[in-house]
Formats: sequence, structure tokens, C-alpha cells
Amino acid sequence: MKKLKYALFTGCTAKQSTPEQMMSTMAVARKLGIEMIELTEASCCGASHLQDYDDFLSLVLNARNIAYAEKHGLTMVTICNTCQLNTAMTKHRLDKNAELKAKVNEKLAEIGLEYKGTSNVIHFLYAIIDDFGLDKIKEMVVKPLSQFNIAPFYGCHNIRPSELHDESHKQKENPYNPTSLDDLIIACGGKNVDYEEKNKCCGFHVELQAPHTAAVLTGTAIAGATDNNADMMVTPCPLCHLKLDTQTKSASEAIGREVSLPVLHMQQMVGLALGCTPAELGLKHHVTEVNFI
Amino acid sequence: MSAEKITTQKVNFKVFRFNADEDYLPYYENYTMDITSEEVVLDVLNRIKWDHDGSFSYRRSCRHGICGACAIKVNGRSTLACKESMATMIEYFGNDITLEPLSTKRAVKDMIIDKADFWDKHASVTPYLVADIDECPSCENLVSPHDAEELNEADLCIQCGACHYACPVVEVNSDFFGPAAFVAAYRFESDVRDSDGERLINVNEEKQGVWDCAKCYECAEVCPKDINPIEKITKLHQMAFKKGVAKNNVATRHAVGFLHSIKRNGVLDEGGLVLYSEGLHIVKHIPVALAMFRKGKIVPPWGITKSDKLDEIQKLIKSSSTVKF
Repeated sequence: MKKLKYALFTGCTAKQSTPEQMMSTMAVARKLGIEMIELTEASCCGASHLQDYDDFLSLVLNARNIAYAEKHGLTMVTICNTCQLNTAMTKHRLDKNAELKAKVNEKLAEIGLEYKGTSNVIHFLYAIIDDFGLDKIKEMVVKPLSQFNIAPFYGCHNIRPSELHDESHKQKENPYNPTSLDDLIIACGGKNVDYEEKNKCCGFHVELQAPHTAAVLTGTAIAGATDNNADMMVTPCPLCHLKLDTQTKSASEAIGREVSLPVLHMQQMVGLALGCTPAELGLKHHVTEVNFI
Repeated sequence: MSAEKITTQKVNFKVFRFNADEDYLPYYENYTMDITSEEVVLDVLNRIKWDHDGSFSYRRSCRHGICGACAIKVNGRSTLACKESMATMIEYFGNDITLEPLSTKRAVKDMIIDKADFWDKHASVTPYLVADIDECPSCENLVSPHDAEELNEADLCIQCGACHYACPVVEVNSDFFGPAAFVAAYRFESDVRDSDGERLINVNEEKQGVWDCAKCYECAEVCPKDINPIEKITKLHQMAFKKGVAKNNVATRHAVGFLHSIKRNGVLDEGGLVLYSEGLHIVKHIPVALAMFRKGKIVPPWGITKSDKLDEIQKLIKSSSTVKF
């Protein structure tokens, strides 16, 4: 197989509140022999909030990020569900609307760039599944997670809107019954836990303005995983991770029940199965301790 | 007509049953039926009533996706029964299908729910045109095709409630208007003839308004008319800024804070964003922030790695900004 090479859009959290996500992304890429060219010029994607304020500006900034991936002639890989949504949505809108694309390119021309629409935008989870292949992961597993029941938490923006997901990725995903993360858990030797909240919202995006709503959604998700005998949760989204890992106190208070489960980033789970050390994967950076590894 | 052959397969249905007049608790009845590839979910509801139990109750009327009466949940997914093919449901969920009302806690009889909260919220966003119109006009009140496009098909909503009862925020926060009410608000806010000054303010109030939307996209996924309610919610946010009715509160500052952060660093300054959004209320985040700090999850403002070629980003912000707050 030809060596895989991507333009990596890290997003902001990987460089700040979830350093372990950056570490584990790079550790897994090394193990799998995937080359990552980091887009150091990229700006924040706006996280759906700049989009509430200034739609056009958010399109221009995201188009600039994609234009840098295009300059490398590479597919852009995201490691955050919300980065994936906002970047892929920008691509979708510009590719479907020549007039809008021209307006955006008029602005990009000021800095000598052009958005062409030649680079695809995919989440790392699907880069592993679509491009690398689960069978190959299975073959490479040296430390199967066979002792663990692992609850997948998909995160909204990777699976909804499903049209956008299916446009960007080869592996189609049923937003009501997603399977990719379950398949990855099984490939890593773990036992996937089925529970109602696996495709539900963690509440991250209303954390500041509607803390009670956010806390109830987080608490309900952890409780659902717990009640189905999960030893841990796993998510491809650092924002979901922040909610599930750092906000268990408010979540417990909101649902009137003590809840707390270790939460792994998707990359950390794969890394463990492939034999990376806990230090390489940044497990010490979790607020809810991963004390069983 | 499709040339495809009609196929039949056995499907096990687990059907929610409840009669508020007689039962304390709901229960589920099981039915196994041969389902053809041509049937829609409403056909199944009809067959349960006609072939198995005449007391089975559900709402139905037009059978053409217009009246919005027959929305129910299939395996937890809001669905307009007359429009959704069983073949798709089997493809999604396999041969074990659960039929439930849109909201089990609001069930009155079987699939029929008390939709009062939906209608109350719909009514409270002034879902009609507010305009000074001459009672005896001498000519038609014309709307150009360009202006009509601004509705973005929000006028297609049939008030079926599929999005409302799929919305996780509606379930948690009883004040929240919900996606269908926001679509109705947008439908009239985007109408060039409308002159209501209160509606946009009303749907931007904290607790009840668009700022409490969790951005989960459940509404966009379930809408049987492909209206994309969250797109309308986003547009209501943008309208509030454009028309100058956005209040200075934690939610609006959170949106604007992204711009300030990007202008300064290219990337987000997470701590700075929370400080800008919360102001003095940031103190309530201290316990979590301390726990995160101990785990190396907090980067001070001076430690942030700024985007390379930040000047490009700043130049674009200058030339491409369309809103001021």
C-alpha cells in the first residue's frame, strides 16, 4: 500500500485543553506509518459560534484553511468533530454554489490564495477506517483491549447532518445506528457497549449559556454507558471529551446521581492496542483518571 | 412505476400501548407481520388497527405528507409515518422495529400525544405576518422571487413535531421554544412584508431562545420536509446581530469572542474566550479550571501557539467582516 499522507488540521483544543489528543494522534500516525503535514497556518474553524455571528467571514477563514491543504495537494484530516463539520460544511457550500465560491475567492485573492475544491475533508476516524483499513489495524494489534467493555460516544458533528458525512467519507454512517467506532473498538480487541446515548449530544456547545442543559446531557450520556456495564468511554471528538472527562461534578449534580467514567480519545484507544505507552498517549492529562492502564 | 420486484419480509414490531384513562403504566404489544417493500410506516399502523386490535389509536389524515398528523418515533427516530418507507426503516434498524409516540411522557392513547407544549411555543413566536396592510388595496402586494428565496423553504413546515420531540434541549429545558417554533419565527422574520419588532427579540431571549440550541443537528436529520431547522436557527442568530437586537450577554459574547480570539491569535484562546464571555462570572469555572490546570490542560495566553501567517488572517478579517457588535 502506498504510504498515507494527509494535511492535518489540528483545531484549537488539541493544542490547548486536550494536549493528550495531539500526542496520541501523532503516536498513532507514527505506528500506522501515516505522514501528517500539520497546517500551521490554519485558523480556528469558528466552532459553529463564529458562524452565528458572521457567516461570510467564517466561510472565508475556513476556505483559507482548506486552500492550504490544497496547496499541499493533500486530503485534509481533522481530529475534532466540530472542525470537521465547519470545514466540510464550508467545502459543501462553496462546491455547490459558484457565486459564493467566487465571492470567497475574491477575498482569498487578497492574500494570494484560491479555494479550488480539490481537497477532501475527512475526520481521522474515517481516515483510519476508509483509507488504512480495519483489517490491517486488527493485524497490528499487539495489546488487545479484550478485558474491557468500551462505550463508543460518536459526537453529533461527525454523524449529523448525515448527508454531509456521506458526502465527505467513504464509510457511510447511519446517524441512528452508527457503527464505525463500534467496529474500531472490536478491531482493537475490545467489547463494544451498545447504549441509547451513543449517538446523542454531550451539550458542549451550550456549556456557557445553558449550563444546566449541558450538564444533564453529559450526565445522561455517562449514566447510559455506566448502566450498560462500560468500563470506559471512547470518543473521536475532543469537545465531547472535555465535557465527559472534566465536567463530571456538574453532570452528577444535574442528574442527581454520581457518574464518572474514564474517557479515551479514539486515538488513545487505537494507540493502546497498538502498543503505545500511556506516556506517549498522554493518559496523565485526563481529569477523570484512567487508572486501570 | 418502479420496475423493481416487490419483496416481502417478516418484521417483529414492538408497539407502545397506553391509555391514560385506564392504565397506570404503558406497556408494549408485539406483532409480527409480513411487510412488503412498498409499504410505508402508516400502512403498518393501519394494519395493526384493522387486523389486530381495533382499539389501537394514532393520528392520521392526509396520507400525503401535508397535514403533519402522523409523526411517530420508529426505533427512537422521529418519522412522518405516511412518508417513511418501511424498506428504509428495515435498512436502518433491521427486522426488529419499535413504534412509539413522538414523546412517550406526553402519551394520551397509544401513538397519540398531548402536543400542547408544541402549540403553545409555536403560538408564542408570533407565527403570522405582522404588517400594515391597506384593507382595500389598489394593487397586489408583490414579493420578488429573490425576496421569496429568503424564506429558505421555512414555509414548507407542516408542524408535525418531528424535530421538536427529537430535540434534546426541549426535553431538558421546558422554556426552550424548540426548532419548529424557530422555523416559524424565521419564516416571518425573513418575509420582506413583515414589520414585527418583537419577534426577533423574543426568540433571542436567554433560556427560551435560539442561544440555548445545543447544535446537535437532530432537527436537520429528522425533518420530513427537509427544512433544515438548525440552518434557520443559525440565521436567527445572525439576524439578531445584523438588526442590532442582540443583547450583550454570555451567549452573544461567546459568539463574538471567537472573532476577537482569531484576530489576536488565529487560533482560539480558550481561557480568554471564557473570560470574555463570562466576565466576572468566570469565578464559577475556577474549580474545573484548577483540576484541568493540574493535568496540564490550561495554556496561559502567553503560551498559545499563534497561527503562522497571522497577518493573512487579520487582513481577511478586515476585508471580509460583514457584522459589527
